[in-house]
Amino acid sequence: MGRKLLLEHINVPGINTFDVYRSKGGYAAVEKALKTLTPDEIVEEVKKSGLRGRGGAGFPTGMKWSFLAKPEGKARYLVCNGDESEPGTFKDRYLMTYIPHLLIEGMIISSFALGANVSYIYVRGEMMPQIRILEKAIAEAKAKGFLGKNILGTGYDLELYVQPGGGAYICGEETALIESLEGKRGNPRIKPPFPAIAGLWGCPTVVNNVESIAAVVPIIRDGGEEYAKIGIGRSTGTKLISAGGNLVKPGIYEIDLGLPVEEFLYSDEYCGGIANGKRLKAVVAGGSSVPILPANLFLKTAALAPRLMSYESLSDGGFATGTMMGSGGFIAFDEDQCIVRNTWNFTRFYHHESCGQCSPCREGTGWMEKVLHRLEYGHGKMSDMDLLVDVSKKIEGNTICPLGDAAAWPVASAIRHFRDEFEWHVTNPSAALAGNFGLAHYADPLPAPEPVA
Amino acid sequence: MKVTIDGISIEVPDGTSILNAARMIGGDIVPPAMCYYSKLQGSGGKCRTCLVKVSKGSEKDPRPMPKLVASCRTTVMDGMEVQNITSPEVVEARKGIVEMLLLNHPLDCPICDQAGECDLQNLGFEHGAAKTRYEFDRRTFEKIDIGDKIQLHMTRCILCYRCVFTADQITDHRIHGILNRGDHSEISTYIHAAVDNDFSGNVIDVCPVGALTDKTFRFKNRVWFTKPVDAHRDCDHEKCNGKVTLWYKGEDVLRVTARKDVYGEVEEFICNTCRFDKKKTSDWVIEGPRKISHHSVISSNHYETLIPLPVVKTNPLLVEANKEQFERQTRL
Ligand SMILES: Cc1cc2nc3c(=O)[nH]c(=O)nc-3n(C[C@H](O)[C@H](O)[C@H](O)COP(=O)(O)O)c2cc1C
Ligand code: SF4
Ligand code: SF4
Ligand code: FES
Repeated sequence: MGRKLLLEHINVPGINTFDVYRSKGGYAAVEKALKTLTPDEIVEEVKKSGLRGRGGAGFPTGMKWSFLAKPEGKARYLVCNGDESEPGTFKDRYLMTYIPHLLIEGMIISSFALGANVSYIYVRGEMMPQIRILEKAIAEAKAKGFLGKNILGTGYDLELYVQPGGGAYICGEETALIESLEGKRGNPRIKPPFPAIAGLWGCPTVVNNVESIAAVVPIIRDGGEEYAKIGIGRSTGTKLISAGGNLVKPGIYEIDLGLPVEEFLYSDEYCGGIANGKRLKAVVAGGSSVPILPANLFLKTAALAPRLMSYESLSDGGFATGTMMGSGGFIAFDEDQCIVRNTWNFTRFYHHESCGQCSPCREGTGWMEKVLHRLEYGHGKMSDMDLLVDVSKKIEGNTICPLGDAAAWPVASAIRHFRDEFEWHVTNPSAALAGNFGLAHYADPLPAPEPVA
Repeated sequence: MKVTIDGISIEVPDGTSILNAARMIGGDIVPPAMCYYSKLQGSGGKCRTCLVKVSKGSEKDPRPMPKLVASCRTTVMDGMEVQNITSPEVVEARKGIVEMLLLNHPLDCPICDQAGECDLQNLGFEHGAAKTRYEFDRRTFEKIDIGDKIQLHMTRCILCYRCVFTADQITDHRIHGILNRGDHSEISTYIHAAVDNDFSGNVIDVCPVGALTDKTFRFKNRVWFTKPVDAHRDCDHEKCNGKVTLWYKGEDVLRVTARKDVYGEVEEFICNTCRFDKKKTSDWVIEGPRKISHHSVISSNHYETLIPLPVVKTNPLLVEANKEQFERQTRL
């Protein structure tokens, strides 16, 4: 069993209050950082830890911090991205609900490291209870001298604000989030300039995911090297996975990166296997945006190596046979689930959430949604699959922000791996409405890889 | 800075965008632009028709850019090499973009006032496919009047945001913007407030399609039956120079617009008085016929083929321009 770094005290009653959190060693990292480390030393520790952004892209956090421009006489900002709206991902909400002080502690250390005196936590509008929880926790921390002017007598000032969003998925994209925070319509900006140069109010800004910022606390408390000992290769530390779908025990798990997926899925410590004695058909490993994989390709890579829960292993095989870590929204599908319906459902989401700035995403998501709807309801044609792949290609890479890609990948991968199920919907429309394709060959052992000549 | 586009090199100042560098070279290698408008700050980047491939980033960092980039919003670097019409990838992507832009467009050109001077019509003609693969109902909206001079027909809008930038930057206060998201976004004034200030009429000129049209001109005529003539007047509005194009049918001025260049951009914005209230020849000093590109259907109405108008006869400049016709007429 791995060590818990973020959720170690999650079951302690009252851990959401300042006093209990403090009695469990909370805010010690703030004291250590502000009293014994310089901002550059903190950035160095985070670099050493190998922490990669937990918001989806997996960009090394320390590196991101070191890119922040530091012009004279200009404010710098840290913004925490708590917009979590990706279907399948619900880990940040859990952290903010049950252990809000961990996030606040991380915000204080990170803001100090970046030289920010005003920082924001941008929380998705639907999460009103979490917004209240955070505001209450901020008030507590402020009353104890951990926020406000001259924190712990070190001369460092920090104000922390919680900003509710309007409830748009696109406001999770960092530049759309900044626009929204400035009080504008949440349209992603055209880059460059990147936020590290000109972000909030035109000032250098870092946007980090809730979990990335929370992970800074154990990194500073125990040291970056200690953190880097957990995990495998360039996937260091622990990661929260929000597991959902047809599992015996869905929920939030903190895993050591590098855990074999088989163990994560089937061991009693984690998901406990597939519910109701069914068999696994497919997995979306990192939230709705990442490519879907059939069971056989998920458990083993194309080279027949066991797949691990790490950035590298999940993406082994690229788009042809791999997927991505994404934001850790793990969705398991059992043999009774229909991939066509699921793909349609995901696309419906992207169609609804596109901001509508760029023509390929605005129009293409709606088009794919309509074609998939027709396939699901038995009016599809054989040519629809090629049409979908072509439309997804026209969107991918041709848009301002990655939402276009995120809309294209689930469709392209579902057709790549489940084309016979789509075809069955066309050839057997009435059977497709009444029942579904079942497990078919999607869990069969993979063929031996072709020997490399 | 040296940049090479489709094999043609040019020196451009620091900070020039790829699109503007291409416009300096001119000709077929200029990417089409549906949302960028050089006079509007922050415009561009949205329609994606101007995508190009950067095959060499710069002299210092020759790596190619991983994705196609919007040429209107990408600045050139010294030694950059760009492919536009020479890249099959770009041509293919652009075809896709045109298809997307036309996806929900009503294609009602026969009843659209913009037909003949519509950027989308030209774009579709040059880069699009003859048939659509879209088999669903198209998005539709009710027409709305924004004030007594401008009509908005959202069904035709391509969400280029030009009118929003115009209202923001050129007029006194913006009261219209974009509501909703994705393909259900719409340009609106929210509670049907009238867009009403001295410069509001300019949104009609910047609109690349027939979404914003001039109510004082609507359905009076097809643009290719009218004759564009440059004219000016001594306008007392401090921000307006009174330089316009008058669109004649017979002796009547049917419409007044700003003067548009080859890229469909106005040379100077004009005030509402010039646009809507000065529709008599006597209000204006005539300069001469407006040069229209041979590619435009408007030029099908050649000056040579029509009997000179009375207004032409009384103006020395127009007499000069129509010399041939006068000769033919006197010969008959
Ligand atoms: C459409 C879209 C939605 C996103 N939503 C979120 C989100 O809800 N939460 C989040 O942390 N990052 C989200 N991201 C990623 C952010 O843009 C950004 O990469 C991230 O906040 C950076 O933090 P990190 O480096 O700590 O991962 C989203 C990206 C896109 C393109
Ligand atoms: S890709 Fe989609 S969501 Fe992103 S900016 Fe373009 S239209 Fe908006
Ligand atoms: S109304 Fe015209 S100018 Fe305004 S966004 Fe639509 S197409 Fe562009
Ligand atoms: S003109 Fe460049 S994206 Fe529209």
